[in-house]
Amino acid sequence: MNALALSDRAAGDADAPGAAARIARAWAALRDVEDPEIPTVSVVELGVIRFVTAQPDGHLEVGLSPTYTGCPATEVIRALVEGALAGANVGASRVVRVLAPAWSTDWITPEGRRKLAEYGIVPPDHSSSSLRDLRPGSRPVACPRCHSTHTETVSEFGSTPCKALLRCRECLEPFEYFKCI
Amino acid sequence: MSAANAMSAANGMSPATRVRDDDLFQYVLRMGDLSLVLGQRLGEWVGHSPALEEDLGLANIALDLIGQARLLLGYAGEIEGRGRDEDKLAFLREQGEYFNPILAEQPNGDFGRTIVRQVLIDAFQLELYEWLTASSDGQLAEIAAKAVKETRYHLRYSGGWLVRLGDGTVESRARVSSALESLWSYTAELFAEDAVDRAMAERGIGPRLADVQKAWNARIDALLAEATLDRPLDRPYSWFGKQGAHSEHLGYMLAEMQYMQRTYPGARW
Repeated sequence: MNALALSDRAAGDADAPGAAARIARAWAALRDVEDPEIPTVSVVELGVIRFVTAQPDGHLEVGLSPTYTGCPATEVIRALVEGALAGANVGASRVVRVLAPAWSTDWITPEGRRKLAEYGIVPPDHSSSSLRDLRPGSRPVACPRCHSTHTETVSEFGSTPCKALLRCRECLEPFEYFKCI
Repeated sequence: MSAANAMSAANGMSPATRVRDDDLFQYVLRMGDLSLVLGQRLGEWVGHSPALEEDLGLANIALDLIGQARLLLGYAGEIEGRGRDEDKLAFLREQGEYFNPILAEQPNGDFGRTIVRQVLIDAFQLELYEWLTASSDGQLAEIAAKAVKETRYHLRYSGGWLVRLGDGTVESRARVSSALESLWSYTAELFAEDAVDRAMAERGIGPRLADVQKAWNARIDALLAEATLDRPLDRPYSWFGKQGAHSEHLGYMLAEMQYMQRTYPGARW
């Protein structure tokens, strides 16, 4: 392994024997790790797995981002990810925390969005990095049942840090919305 | 190898970070203490808010703030290099070793007063974190990149409530007006630059507080206008929370917060 490979993760992957297969096994195992609070969505679909790379010291390194800094699920997710890797025959591995660029709901995969909608949680459709979203009620959210956009926010915060509570004014049903961040 | 070096090596630090950086330690600690103390205050609302939705809102903001405090205090502990982690820093310091601005420790009062305190601090943290995403200190820039998104959402909540209460009923307006009047003088401390702030600005680690104040003023003035509230007059101040001199309120809060670790040292969940 030369010095160049140390600074170039892609080169490191290609050089190490069997690394590509180990990385593929790791991704496959991670696709089965469910979010503890929204079990319909995997951590891969949620977009919190940032990378899986083979390191020069022989470890597989998995980058994991918190959704919210104080989210209690973060530590559970980390333990689940470590457990999945340990059972996936990927050799030595370690999980590293990645803070920047910060996780965004923009990274929830199309499949993840579809599953959230099926579960009854309206998926985020844009990033709240936009300054327009500093004020409440800036964009209408459609009801997951009757698809009316005649909805109102009941609470900017919900049962988990990532969700808000809304209510449809047509069919009168309450529903959850995955906050854009 | 000296004892200090041995400690650093045990923490896996590179030799470059072994030089004690007291200014940076103090700077990061102040920010962490602001989030921790405000988060703890908001936590006092749990089970007591005017409505279930606001209970959820305040608790969620508290959770974000505690999360930010964990990252910042954890980093401060690394900079200090004396083996104090986020928990030791949060639970085993005395009142005079806390460096949050005094505004953060002011009691909750009624919901209106809590909202006013929150708006004033959310707007400050938002400007600070936005600047820090480009800090020359990589770790601080990463923490800020994460925190800035949460803080935008906090201001969306608190600002929305300020408008509703200020431009609301006679009662709600009277309450937020009086809270604004009594909390306003504590905001001067947020922008009072001392040697640590100046050192950070010179090294490109932190902003000039005068710049933060300018942006904060614009944001607060716009919110107050929408809430049909008058901006209070600036008054002479003498608060030095960020140098460890606190109001009488912090000690009581810490007594409750630290009780468990003081009574059962090392207790874990």
